[in-house]
Amino acid sequence: MSSLFRQIAAVVTMTIGGLPSRFWGSVTTVFSIALVVATLLAFLAMSNGFAKTVAGTGSDDIAMILGTGSEAELNSTMSSEAVRLLEESPGLARDATGRPIASPELYVVVGANRRAGGGEANVSLRGVTARAPELRPGFRLSSGRMFEPGTNEMIVGVGVVRQFNGFDLNTELQLGGSAWKVVGVFEVPGTVFDSELWADLPVVQSLFNRGPSVQALRARLESPASLAKVKAFVESEPRLQVDVKTEKQHFAGEAQSLQYLVYFGWALSITLGFGALAGALNTMYAAVEARSKELATLRAIGFGGFPAFVGAITESLVLALSGGLVGSAAAYLLFNGLTASTLGGGFTQVVFDFNIGPAQVLAGVQLALLLGLVGGIFPALRAARTPLLKLGAD
Amino acid sequence: MSDSDLIVLRNIAKTYRRGEESISIFSDLNLTIPSGDFVAMMGPSGSGKTTLLNLLGGLDRPTSGTILFDGAPIEKLSESQLSAWRAANIGFIFQFYNLMPTMSAARNVELPLLLTSLSPSERKKRVKTALEVVGLDNRAGHKPKELSGGQQQRVAIARAIVADPKLILADEPTGDLDRTTAAEILEMLQLLNRELGKTIVMVTHDPAAAKYARRELHLDKGTFEERLT
Repeated sequence: MSSLFRQIAAVVTMTIGGLPSRFWGSVTTVFSIALVVATLLAFLAMSNGFAKTVAGTGSDDIAMILGTGSEAELNSTMSSEAVRLLEESPGLARDATGRPIASPELYVVVGANRRAGGGEANVSLRGVTARAPELRPGFRLSSGRMFEPGTNEMIVGVGVVRQFNGFDLNTELQLGGSAWKVVGVFEVPGTVFDSELWADLPVVQSLFNRGPSVQALRARLESPASLAKVKAFVESEPRLQVDVKTEKQHFAGEAQSLQYLVYFGWALSITLGFGALAGALNTMYAAVEARSKELATLRAIGFGGFPAFVGAITESLVLALSGGLVGSAAAYLLFNGLTASTLGGGFTQVVFDFNIGPAQVLAGVQLALLLGLVGGIFPALRAARTPLLKLGAD
Repeated sequence: MSDSDLIVLRNIAKTYRRGEESISIFSDLNLTIPSGDFVAMMGPSGSGKTTLLNLLGGLDRPTSGTILFDGAPIEKLSESQLSAWRAANIGFIFQFYNLMPTMSAARNVELPLLLTSLSPSERKKRVKTALEVVGLDNRAGHKPKELSGGQQQRVAIARAIVADPKLILADEPTGDLDRTTAAEILEMLQLLNRELGKTIVMVTHDPAAAKYARRELHLDKGTFEERLT
């Protein structure tokens, strides 16, 4: 080991060993950096959870067909004739009887009251046929039963039960001027469908005065590559004014809608970061000042300025890393798995879980280390230039 | 200059600036310290004793003049050259010991050896020897706060001699100690000078401490007056 590394090791040992003597200053710095990291992780967890839920919804082998120019189901419209024509398209998977595995669906926005904090929010009521569950991999009824076709029965997603009042099993409720009964609770884990109400398509069409039209057709493809066949069929048929995508492509677009939260989270964290930076600078300047006699003594013995620089930077990074880890742990304990809902692409509430994974923790720790580096660099320069004449001071 | 002269100061001037004001400490100081000497530097406060010690140790630079150490000028050396020069030639002893509080006595003593190419086992051996010289080999693992003032100063002496420097500079080494302990430390310095041939320059206010040196230099108004002890 070269002399320089031995010097650095000695100074770093001295620096880290001296941390307990500056306990409260160090704790303040760790806490302020932890606060910044926890704030950032809260936003990243929210964005990540929403993105995971939305992205987890899509499938590559399900075609999502909407009226031309419609990005969302809410503003799409499709006639029953168009649905019949589309069901003849090549490339669609079919059952033993030769019928396509397809689900025409109607999407209606209804009001619901939040459990936490009250207030009204929009929830999706989806009119579906008996085929709808086949097009949602992972669908299962967690309690109750499927609605009976032709009745005012509905099944509700677990996310709705969790977040909103009045949707528990066997509850009767009023929607769109009609009475409904909740006969089952379903889940499609990790998807936006958990945030929906499902009822029989013809009943929804009738009670919400939508006539025979629907808004979307979901259809299983023979394979992801079969999408091209469906597209070719649509282009060759002038009576079809529809756009065809895979379900995954459709929901990937919706995931972008929460990106603003990530930007806001970073902006807020950086603003808080300036406060933490001031704290880190203050602590580090105080630490260097407290060690000035020791540093001057080492310089007198013959140590260079660079080991003193490295020692101060190391102390700052150790404090920052501690702050980053404490902040990450706090954010994980407080936010990970927390259920929330926000406005999705269809102007209805999407229920999702905050999700903190390795990527979010890494981002938080990187921000902490950046704060430590910036907060430590100027005090470290001062440490490297400690006047030798501080020796006599006591 | 003779071959036996370790330090020669020629026409040394030192001024400090305080705002617009220029304060002269010395204007034309000359001094020769032969190898193996033990000099006690005395003088009233503000006479420049510590400034001179800093100049001798390469911790400060003269405004003008030459400092020859073993025949070579040191005042023009760069910062990094001066660091290497101090590591090779100077051992420092301070009034308040200046030990690293988080390190053991042995680790404190080892610090100057980290700047050498000695192997860890050789460093360990040297540290042991230095602590034996000051009578603290049984306290090697103790941290400074676990030692008395006199023991801490003895650790500082061990640190000053461990790299076998040619010159030991001591700034009020007994200023923080009681009379009995101070006498022990001064006897140790005397031993280092007489038995090991170390050249020592000691700044002190205490006439009793100065008596342990071979000669006393009284610095006042920028000039020396010499008295043999």
